[in-house]
This record gives sequence, C-alpha cells and structure tokens, in this order.
Amino acid sequence: MDFKDTPEQAKFRKTCREWLEKNAKLKTGVEKNEFANIDFLQVAKDWQKKKYDAGWAMLHWPKEFGGIGASAIERIIWAEEESKFNVPKGIFEIGLGMAGPVMMEYATDEQKARYLPAMAEGKEIWCQLFSEPSAGSDVAGLRSKAVKDGDNWIINGQKVWTSGAHFSDYGILVVRHDPNLEKHKGMTFFFLDMKSPGIEVKPIKQITGGSSFNEVYFTDVVIPDSQRLGDVGDGWKVAITTLMNERLAVGDANGADVDDAFRWAKKQDDSGEPLINNKSVRSSIADWYCEANGLKNTKLRTMSALSRGETPGPEASITKIVSANKLQNIGAFGMDSLDMAGMLKTDDPEIQSFQNAWLGAPGLRIAGGTDEILKNIIAERVLGLPQDARADKGMPYKDIPSGNS
Amino acid sequence: MNLDFSDDQKFLQSEAKKFLEKEESVKRSRGVLEGSKSFDNDLWQKIIELGWTGIRIPEEYDGLGLGHLELCVIAEELGRHLAPVPFSSSVYLFTEAIIKYGSEELKKEILPKLVTGEVVGTIAVTEDFLAPTYNNIKTEVSNELISGTKIAVPDCEAATHSIIVCKSSKGIDLRLVDLSCKEVSINQVENIDGSRGHYSIQMKQTPSSLIGDEGNGWILYESIINQAAVLFSFEQIGGSQAALDMAVNYANERYAFGKPIGSYQGIKHKLADMYVALTLAKSNSYYAAWALSSESSDLPVAAATARVSATKAYELCSKENIQTHGGNGFTWEYDCHLFYKRSKLLSLNIGSLANWKEKLVSNLEQSNIN
Repeated sequence: MDFKDTPEQAKFRKTCREWLEKNAKLKTGVEKNEFANIDFLQVAKDWQKKKYDAGWAMLHWPKEFGGIGASAIERIIWAEEESKFNVPKGIFEIGLGMAGPVMMEYATDEQKARYLPAMAEGKEIWCQLFSEPSAGSDVAGLRSKAVKDGDNWIINGQKVWTSGAHFSDYGILVVRHDPNLEKHKGMTFFFLDMKSPGIEVKPIKQITGGSSFNEVYFTDVVIPDSQRLGDVGDGWKVAITTLMNERLAVGDANGADVDDAFRWAKKQDDSGEPLINNKSVRSSIADWYCEANGLKNTKLRTMSALSRGETPGPEASITKIVSANKLQNIGAFGMDSLDMAGMLKTDDPEIQSFQNAWLGAPGLRIAGGTDEILKNIIAERVLGLPQDARADKGMPYKDIPSGNS
Repeated sequence: MNLDFSDDQKFLQSEAKKFLEKEESVKRSRGVLEGSKSFDNDLWQKIIELGWTGIRIPEEYDGLGLGHLELCVIAEELGRHLAPVPFSSSVYLFTEAIIKYGSEELKKEILPKLVTGEVVGTIAVTEDFLAPTYNNIKTEVSNELISGTKIAVPDCEAATHSIIVCKSSKGIDLRLVDLSCKEVSINQVENIDGSRGHYSIQMKQTPSSLIGDEGNGWILYESIINQAAVLFSFEQIGGSQAALDMAVNYANERYAFGKPIGSYQGIKHKLADMYVALTLAKSNSYYAAWALSSESSDLPVAAATARVSATKAYELCSKENIQTHGGNGFTWEYDCHLFYKRSKLLSLNIGSLANWKEKLVSNLEQSNIN
C-alpha cells in the first residue's frame, strides 16, 4: 500500500497543477461567493473555453473532439487538482457528463464532429430531458409522445426537473413512441435543438428560493429522424447509459463538511464553553469524520483499481447516500448551534454555508436517484437480491394504472 | 496510488479463508460455546503450525518476519469465521507489545516461544465494573510485586503470561506476569459470548518484570491499543461481511406473501444500509492498515476512525442479520447470535464505541490540522 503517484502520474499531476496555478486561484478555505452578482454563465463559459483550448475540458476524449485521450486515472488526477482551485462549477456537468457519452456512443461521425467539440468548449450547453410529472423514480413510466411524420417526429408532452433548460442550446430526450408496447419497450431517444418552435421552458422555484430546475413543455415540436439516437424502441437502453453516468456525476455533495463543523465547534460558544466540549457534539463530529473519510478512502480504493487498469468494485455506489445525508446533518448542526438566531439570514459565510447545506441537501437526496432508489440499486445489483415486485410487468403501457394524474 | 493489498497478501488471505472453512471454524465456535473449554485448542494448534502466531515476529526470533498488512488479512478471516482462539489477545496485543517495548533479553526469551505456542499472552487492564482509565487503575506494584484484582481479562485459559497494567510510585507501569506462578489465582467469569472466555486474575505479592519505562505505562498501553485497534477493525469487518452474507442468503431463500423477503424494500434497504456501513468501515480500515504498516504519524486518528466505523458496522450487521432472520434469528440453533455476541465482545475488548469516538476527536484536536 502506498499513496504515491507513479512517475508518469506525478509528471501528469505537475502539468495539471502548473496550468491551474497560471490560470486560476487556489481555494482559501472559507470561500466568499465571488461569483455572486456577476454574469455567472459567462464566467463559466470563459473558464470552460480556457480549459478547452489547453485540452483539459474533456481530457479523456479523443483529440479530434478536443480532448487529449487521457486515461481514467489521469482524469481523476485532473479533477483532484482542479477541485483545489476556486473555479465556476455547475453549468456543464450534465451536458458533458450525460449527453456527451450518449452522443459519443450513438451519434453519427458527422454529428459527433459537429456537436462534441462545441459541447466541450462550452459554446453550446446541453440538458437532459427525462423525468416527467408522473415519472420520477419510475422514469420508464414517462408518457410524452413521439409520433412519426415522414422523416420527422412530432413531440408532445411535458418534462420536469430539467436542470439548466433555460440556458441550454441542445437537449437529450426520451419519449414514448408506442403506448401499446410494454413500458420499457415503447420508448425512443433523440437529441434536439432547445430553440425549436413549440418548446416552452418555465423555471421551478425550489425550497432554497433559487431556480436551477425547469418544467419544459412540448407542443408539436419537430425533430428530424436523423437526430434519433439508437433504434426505434431502444430508448430505455440508451437512457440507461446516461443514468449510469449520472450516478457517477452526482456523487460527492459539495458544501459544509466535517472540517467546517469542527472549526465552527471550536470557536462557537456554548454557555460559556466552546461547543466542541459538548459530548453530543463530539460524538457527531466523530461520526461525520468517519463518514467523510470513509468516502475519501473508498474513492482511493476505486482509484487504486483504475490505476492498475482494473474495473473498480461497486464500492463507489455508497457515495451519494452518505454524502447527501451527512450534508443535511451538518447543516442542521450549524443552525442548531446558533439557537433561535440560526433561522436568520446573514452575510456571515460560515453560517450561510450551514444554512445552504440544510436547505440544499433535501434536493441532493432526491436528484439523480433518490436515497431509496439507490438503496434498491445496491440491494439488487451489488448484493444480488431479487427485483421489487412490479405490478406493471408485461402490461402494455396504456393499461398501466397511473392514479388520477 | 495503491490503497489495496498486494497479490501475495490477497493470496495469503484466500489461503486463510480456505483453511478456516475447511476446519469449520464457525461450527467450532459453537462447540466452544456449548462445551466446557473457553477456546478450541485443536484449531489453535493448527494455527500455530501455520505460523500465524509468528507472522510479525522477526526471523531472528524464529518468526516469519512479515508485516502488519499480512496480519490484517489474517485478522479479517479470523473475524469472518468467528475463530474461537486467543489470537487477538496473544498476537495483536501481547506479541505486539513485546516486539515494541520488550527488552532484547525478554524478546530473545519469549518471542520464539510465542511462535511455537509455548507462550500465549493476554493483557489485563479492567478492574471492577469501571471503564479502564488512568485513574481507575488501583492494582499496585511495589518492589516488583503486584497486588490487586483484574476482571474481564480475555483468553486466560490459554494464556501462560499476561501484561498487567498497574499503578506504581511513578505512575502507571506495564508489567509481565507468569500466570502459572503460585501468587496468581485465575477464575473463569461467565460472559455474554461463551465462544471466547473471560477471567479474573487475583494477584497477591505476585512477582513481575517491567516492560518499557517505569511510570510511562499508560502511554505505552494507549500506543499498543492504537495498533491493535486496526487489527480488531479487520476482525470486525470480516465478521460484518459474514453477517451481511448470511442475511442476504436468507433474504433470497425465505419466502413470505409468495415472494422472497429480499424483494421487499423493508429488507432490501436494511441490507443496503449494512453494505454502506461495511464499505465505510472497510475503506477506513484499509487506510488505517496503511498508517500502521508505514508507521505514519496519522495512526492515532486513522486507527480510531477505523475502529469507530468497524464497531458501528459490525453492530449494525450482526443485529440486523438477526432481524432479517425473524424468529429463527432469535433461536440458539441459528448462527446469528454467534455473530451478535462476538460483535459485542470485539467492540468492548479494547474500549467501547464512545471511548473510541472520544479518542478520535481528542486526537483531531491535537493534530492541528484544523
């Protein structure tokens, strides 16, 4: 066992590091939100362009699409180094993490050449149109329709929880082409121009007060058949590719962590003593430290396998469940430590980080697979337990009960 | 980057697994529980023949001269198979203490005998129904003679020697006592996990010899259990995995309402929670194994992190294994209770969960990282 890079990895890390030092600022610990009150989208696009020009944007992609053909371990090394710098995040992850791999696998060579470099460069932003008002955890229950019309398809219906739809240029979409087939068999996958006539995007106001999700309405939207990804009826198979990528992309929760809770507990007063002297606080800090380091060390085990060129085990499947719940608990701890004042909005960045953690964590526990769906996945795919009973198994989609919605 | 065991270490682990399966170690554990002995001597002798008692003992003292990582993989298998032998007391605690703090003379005398099994050791710290802390040690030494009573000392039936944590004029000492001498009286105490024995040791003017510096014993004891915590963690993750596997098998085979119970989310999510706890514990134990084998200054934090996670994982996995088995899980006949009881024995043996959480946080406070 050791934590050393191989000479090649060390050299690669140094190259990453040098470029980042020239082009970005190191994190200082408690970050003021320096991207507030500016055109965040533009800042994010500028950073993406800078990375693209140097080959870092999608470094594992082939050169022709703007990458440098980096290995899995090199990609992780880059991500580790980039995460030490204060750079804009949260705009390109879905497009690059989910639409990218699907286009890479199913688009024509011509389409790849046209769309992938622009996606990597940040010139065009992509979103993912899967969930629907009556198809959340059971995403294969979706009902938006595609009807063939000559060389085109006509789309009608509604999508929901679409991150970034309001600033996206393109989207990947799965819809139902035949309600007479079983639900997993009647779906087809497309990509489309988000500026197409008939698309209406309405932001959803979240419990944080912000809006990063949208409802997207489709009224007679035309998609050329050439923008179909996979065969007619292969929609679920193609969607699964991206859902798998989503589980990798939505991993470790960003936000207040055990270090922040610990620092806070040492300086916050608790009836004349530092909060860290409180036994129940010490017990919670110990639990969060074990969780945070358990995840960190789990990642190191995954990297060890990648570093040897092996396929990692299923251990990374625990990441989101553990980190989103930890985030929620740490947020609550910070607010509770202030007693009644914990409810007040403030400019103090530390207090804000606890409040943001507490408000944001419920979303993370749902996005990209709820805690419950992820536990099903661990139980079925890792532990080998039988699938849940499915009342709709083998039924034509149109006959499946759907409540009154 | 390599947070994993080497191919040789993995091979050693798989050989250990095969051996303990072939020897029906879990069945032997039940045998001890239902019999009059407090360990399985036949299995213990076979383990000695395999050389495991001398894994970490340098070759100059007739041991195998291997490292802590080899000991970690063996510990995981002993835990998985509930081995009813005094391995943790004699190897993780006693032998490690002698290697680390014994004089050259003592090492020459005792290490080769630990390899052959002529000497088996344990460590005695607890007195009365009190947590073993610096201030709770009342057993006293004066002119090399110890007087006092230790309780809850594991594995004394097999042990020939014990390290006694006792009070001296200079503070706390670690002292070696030959348990066969006439000034020692040993009594078995009934315990909750009958597959491993607990004893009381009464000493009256019992001759002893000092290990390490006089008055410095508490620091040495802490350092010994910091090391041992990593090995205990591996035993605990082995046990957790076995309990989880048992629960998964049962959930696949047992039907209720016309389907395997493992297809219900009430069971599924319980088993997923067990997997999550076990994965955290395993990853933290791997890191602690690295810290132990590389003598990292991070060991106190890493060991406590592994210990806390592994204790939580084994307690969760062993109790929810019973729950998954329903009424059967509560019967003497099923093996679930063997894991439940062993998980408690291991979690209390070198200090409780609360104790290790406190160690973790106070080490974090001292480490100036924050």
